[in-house]
This record gives sequence, structure tokens and C-alpha cells, in this order.
Amino acid sequence: MTIEEKANSLVDEFQMFDEWMDKYSYIIELGKEMPLIDEKYKDPQHLISGCQSRVWLYAEISDGKVKFTADSDAVITKGIISLLLRVVSGETPNDIANADFSFIEEIGLKEHLSPTRANGLVSMMKQIKLYAKAFQLKSN
Amino acid sequence: MGFDIDKIRADFPILKREVYGKQLIYFDNGATTQKPQQVIDCITNYYLYKNSNVHRGVHKLSVEATTDFEESRNYIAEFINAESEKEIVFTSGTTESINLIANSFSNLLDKGDEVLISSMEHHSNFVPWQQLCENTGAKLKIVPVNDNGSLDMDFLDSLLNEKVKLLAITHISNVMGTINPIKEIIAKAHNYGIPVLVDGAQAIAHIEIDVKELDCEFYCFSSHKVYGPMGFGVLYGKSHWLNNLQPYQYGGEMISTVTIDKTTFNEIPYKFEAGTPDVPGALATVEALKYIKNIGIKNIVEYEDELLVYATQKLLEIDNMRIIGTAHHKTSVISFLVGDIHPYDIGTLLDQMGVAVRTGNHCAQPLIDNYCIPGTVRISLGIYNTKQEIDIFIEALNKTLAMLA
Repeated sequence: MTIEEKANSLVDEFQMFDEWMDKYSYIIELGKEMPLIDEKYKDPQHLISGCQSRVWLYAEISDGKVKFTADSDAVITKGIISLLLRVVSGETPNDIANADFSFIEEIGLKEHLSPTRANGLVSMMKQIKLYAKAFQLKSN
Repeated sequence: MGFDIDKIRADFPILKREVYGKQLIYFDNGATTQKPQQVIDCITNYYLYKNSNVHRGVHKLSVEATTDFEESRNYIAEFINAESEKEIVFTSGTTESINLIANSFSNLLDKGDEVLISSMEHHSNFVPWQQLCENTGAKLKIVPVNDNGSLDMDFLDSLLNEKVKLLAITHISNVMGTINPIKEIIAKAHNYGIPVLVDGAQAIAHIEIDVKELDCEFYCFSSHKVYGPMGFGVLYGKSHWLNNLQPYQYGGEMISTVTIDKTTFNEIPYKFEAGTPDVPGALATVEALKYIKNIGIKNIVEYEDELLVYATQKLLEIDNMRIIGTAHHKTSVISFLVGDIHPYDIGTLLDQMGVAVRTGNHCAQPLIDNYCIPGTVRISLGIYNTKQEIDIFIEALNKTLAMLA
């Protein structure tokens, strides 16, 4: 599946929920399934600033595909990162660098997209793209 | 007028608002309070009928605006029982009031001098002093808090000496609601000739302020935390202190004469008020202060105390509830944590249910670090909050905890 297809399927999954509570419960569940960052990378270097909760993000590349792992001490934040990672993990640096994260809005999490929001979702997206761009540069 | 909660609530139009289709419950009064219709009307009327620059015009509008503006200074002086209206400097808020004093103290401090603050300060009463000390070579000394969130008075005693040139301390903790025994603290400082600045941001809406009785040298507060407009604040300073301090901003209004060789400054309080002031801010602040005076500060204290006791009892019925700040004397501010659940998760889900709370370090990182916690969830109650709202909040909190379990 391409990034876009994965994003669309997430949007479809979320369309099942009429109630915000069910939506948030699902986000929390998805967070629990996210591939966790290795404890040794939970250091200041991998900490994303701009978050009220702490978020760590790590990326590695093999066979030209980027694999992300992450963690957060807040479960909702963790769930939201897991949405992002589900869409971009396993894709090429090129595709990730050009990825469109507007599916977050379609899922109905628009309020989390404000740059002033304390969960730092915007910083997370930036960091994901930064990793992709760094891998792009390396492979060139 | 007595305490008529229905009438009070009806005065605040925003309380009728819904968020996410649910009735708003506003429990973030420590951050800012909502405004009654009277305050909103005052600002509107100013721009509709009165707008004009003050202190300089010969025309009717300017004279009227100047009169109203200066009368608001008189009212505010009377409200906090200052000796004279000259002791009331208008600023943009508590933060500017504190920065003004910190700046003006920069040429009064030397290496070896000390500035005292406490570990429960808001960043706005922490960082200016830290910077002042860095720039002057003075030492910043910090009075710690006890486990229950009260100030460690014995430690304060041990830090008082002749080297201390200023004590800056909050009247009420924005995180825990602790009311410091400020009169006693000031008296102790005065034994060593130390002037005291009080950060009254969290106090002005909740308890009676009498600067003469407190005998503090400086008292700072913001209008927006007492049902008034944003962007307006007050610095009270004893005349002889204000007379002797250097101005920290220069421009129009604050001068007496200007020639190409030399400028002499206006008298107090004007020498600290460079530029065009926030005239509607001053008028609307008076409207807000009149509003709470009409209700009666004693009635407010009593009512908010009742809310505090009720909310505390209800919260303590929840498993793994930990309240940060349980000092004997406190206002209607409750910071809490439940088990090891992150405050951000609780705040996000409460928001979905229409309950506005604050989460995080509340601009008091040193205090939060002191307790080794990731921050807190804070509810801070005001005159328009009710027990019924507390019940709805508790129900929402229980729902939240069930989701996060």
C-alpha cells in the first residue's frame, strides 16, 4: 500500500465511530500496538521538543525503507504518533519526505494540529520528515 | 448585594457557550477569568463614545478621557488601600510590573548582594530575578516549600540577612493555591531592612488586598485575572521607593522637559508610564473591581472556600488520587494527579467533555521539578463556578479515568 492508501484506510477505520469516546479509545488502543523505541534511544537526542508529554522518535533504514519506532509517556499522544507511524513506516525516504498528513484532519483530530497545541504533533511530523530528508541526503 | 450565583452567572455571557456540543465548564480561572457584561460594555462604550488620547489634548474628548483615566487610578488606589494614587503605576500586567522593578533594581545591586525568592514562584516572578542576578553578579537564593505546599518559614529565617537587597514572593501559589503568610513574611524581611515585592496575580480576585496593612514595598497584579480585560495590570509601589527608582522605558508621557542636551523625568507614577496607555483597560479594570466589590470580597472568599472543600472531598473519593498542595490556608485551586496517568491525557479527554482545565507545569517548572512529577492537572475555580459543575466535572473525570485504565 502507498502512504496515501494507508492514510485512506485509516480514515475509513475511523469513520466507524460516531462517538468521540470510541474514537479516543481506539487511538489509545492503537498506541499500545505501536512498535516501541528501544530503551537505549530514550535519550535527550531522540526527544521531540514542544510536547507537554515526552515523545521519543527513532528511525533506521534497511533496504531503502525507513522504519520508525517511538514512545510517549502520555497514552493519547502515543496513539496519535502510532497513526503517523502506521502510515509512513516501511516507506522510502522520498515518499515520506513528500507525505501529506492531512488525514489527521479527516479523522477528526484537527484540534491536535494547532502549532500551539501542547502535544507537539506538528513537531512530530516535522521530525519524521527530517529523518526522511536525512536518509535522502545520505543515499545521494 | 449578597451572593446570588444565578445573577452572577447571567452576567458572564461566555458561560452559555458550548464546546464540542457540550455545556462549557470553565475551571481554568487561574490562567484567566471570564468577563462580565459590565466589563465588556465598558470597553465597547469607550471606543464608541469616548476614545481619545490622554494627558495632552485641549479638546473635550481628551479632557474627558484623561479625567476618567485618572479617576480609575484613584479607584484602584482606594481598592487596595494605597496611601496615594501616585503609588499606582499602570502596566500591561503582573509580568511587566515585576520586570519594571527588576530592571530598575539593576543599578542598586552589586556582587555579593542577594535576592530572595521562593521555589513556588511563577516563571514571571522567577526568571526576571534570575536574569537580574546574572547581569549584576548578585546571588539568587530560593526559599523551598514543605511537602504540603506551604512555604518553609524556618528556611526563610535562615536566609534573611543584610546582604539580601530584595525579597520577591507570590501571595498565592498558582499551582497549589497556597496562601503565603505574607504579612508575617514582610515583617520578617523588614527586620533586616529588606524591601518586599509581592506577586498578587492569583490573589486579587480571591482575597482582600490591603497594601497598607501588608506594608509591602511593591504589589503587582493583572486585571485579566480579576474579571477585567487582558493586557492591563498594576504595580503598586511605596512613593519613596518609586521616587528613587530609575524609569525603565523612555518616551512620551514620562518626561518633564526634553532638550537636545538633557531630559528630566515626570513625577511618579508617570515617569514609569512611557507611551500611550491602555485607557479602556484602566476603565474596564475599575468596572471589574467594582463588580467584585459589589458582591463583597468576604462573600467571595466564603463561597469559593465552600467550592474548594466540596471539590477536594469529591476528588479524594477517587482511587489513587494525589493532590499536590494541601496547605492549611489555600484558595480554590487544586492540582492533582491520578496514579501514573499523564496529566495531558486527562486534560485532553476532559476537554472533549466540555471541561476546561489546565495541565502541565503551569509556568512553575522549578516547583514541579521539586515534586518530581510530569506536571499536574489543575482546576482553579472562580465566582461563577458551582457545586453542580464540580459534580459534572467529577463524572467526566471518572469517565476519563475509565478510558485510560
